[in-house]
Amino acid sequence: MSAGGEFGFDGRAVPFIEGQSVGAALWADGVRAWRSTRIEGRPRGLFCGIGVCFDCLIEIDGQGDQRACVTPARDGLTVRSQEGAGRDPLES
Amino acid sequence: MFTAVTPDCSPTASLRVAAPPAVDVVVIGAGIVGACTALAAVRAGLTVAVLDRGPLAGGTTGAGEGNLLVSDKPPGPELRLALFSLDCWAEIAGHLGDLNGLPDGGFELESKGGLMVATDDRSLGSLTSLATGQAVAGVQVQPLGPDELRQHEPHLAGDLAGGVRYAQDAQLQPMLATARILAAARAHGVRVHPGTAVTGLLRSGERVAGVRTAHGSIAAGAVVNAAGTWGGEVAALAGVHLPVLPRRGVILVTQPLPVLIRHKVYAAEYVSDVASEDPGLESSAVVEGTRSGTILIGASRERVGFDPAMPVPVLRRLARQAIRLFPVLGQVRLLRSYRGFRPYCPDHLPVIGADPRAPGLLHACGHEGSGIGLAAATGALLAQILTGAAPQVDLDAFRPERFEPAA
Repeated sequence: MSAGGEFGFDGRAVPFIEGQSVGAALWADGVRAWRSTRIEGRPRGLFCGIGVCFDCLIEIDGQGDQRACVTPARDGLTVRSQEGAGRDPLES
Repeated sequence: MFTAVTPDCSPTASLRVAAPPAVDVVVIGAGIVGACTALAAVRAGLTVAVLDRGPLAGGTTGAGEGNLLVSDKPPGPELRLALFSLDCWAEIAGHLGDLNGLPDGGFELESKGGLMVATDDRSLGSLTSLATGQAVAGVQVQPLGPDELRQHEPHLAGDLAGGVRYAQDAQLQPMLATARILAAARAHGVRVHPGTAVTGLLRSGERVAGVRTAHGSIAAGAVVNAAGTWGGEVAALAGVHLPVLPRRGVILVTQPLPVLIRHKVYAAEYVSDVASEDPGLESSAVVEGTRSGTILIGASRERVGFDPAMPVPVLRRLARQAIRLFPVLGQVRLLRSYRGFRPYCPDHLPVIGADPRAPGLLHACGHEGSGIGLAAATGALLAQILTGAAPQVDLDAFRPERFEPAA
């Protein structure tokens, strides 16, 4: 088993092994859904798993709309489920 | 022994029976134009089959923004067609709503209005004269001064010269619309065969009398070429020349946002880009929100054949132009981009009507960037021609044989 670490997910620790994506680590930890759809609030997680479909959007270190499937897990990340239109704050 | 064929839309479903089935009309192309034509024809009492070599909405229909625009059209035959098409779209939405119980037929039809803005006095001058002519032609135009612009679009840049609001401009979701319209057509008895390429045309003497496919032939009283950017290939099967060529465009998609942009907003330069004969890159910002929260940013035009590349410099330029209109977009991230190929003819007008060079063949293609907007009218007019009724709009400007060298 390679080296790995832990990142925070909705207030708890999720372990990962080196090279795993955030999405893969969440799956390995039993989490299947981490976003709700904007209009009907349906659960979403990995769909294509290869960066194409944008179904697995998640908030990482305060920035919304990150693809869990292609974002490498790193020690100490703060990952949060995304509700509705997850987004960065807009100023104007 | 024959068993009942499956009641689905698999390619071979109805073609497997012994005698070649016969319908009144075969529509080649399951994009928005083919869908509208099939629905209008079956509602006019004709039997119809729709074929596509790919999936539904697999060509240019699935690669656009879903615009129903009168604002970008100078007075003339295309504007008349666009105005008629708005009525046809409202009618289709009502009909689908009656059938499927969904509001406006369930394809996100939204009369959001368009807002054309000018960045300087010179482009405001051309915009004003365009709008003056359009008003005479029956378009609702509302000129806006620089201060008024932000009452309609609060996030617009503060240094624009002025603009015109077009209340009739609308939007829909083209893939959803195609699927819903074809579902309605099937409910009326239309057979839909995706994954079924037409390999040749049946002839009866001079007449086009049906189509050949890998799964069998279908005899038909008439064949409609609704193959969009590939309409020239279908015409070639009948031995006639139709100069429909691809004009590449890319669209950027932002992350979903709360409602920031209410209209379809675009720079006045767009109109001259559309009409331009320059083969190189033209681009001007076209920005609009969608019901799912994403913002779509177009519009580029390049004549590069069917080159499938996703040109990064074009994406960059579109992003810059959109931020010029809406500085707030500078803080927004893009999710993805997509591209497609508009079907354009040398005179930038669609090809609609019966082809006198190949009796039995009708065309409904070459709508360039206006295919979604013009589809409803095109379908209605084709159904009128097919049933021998007088078309409600003069089709002279759209004649298929207009590109032939004068005799």
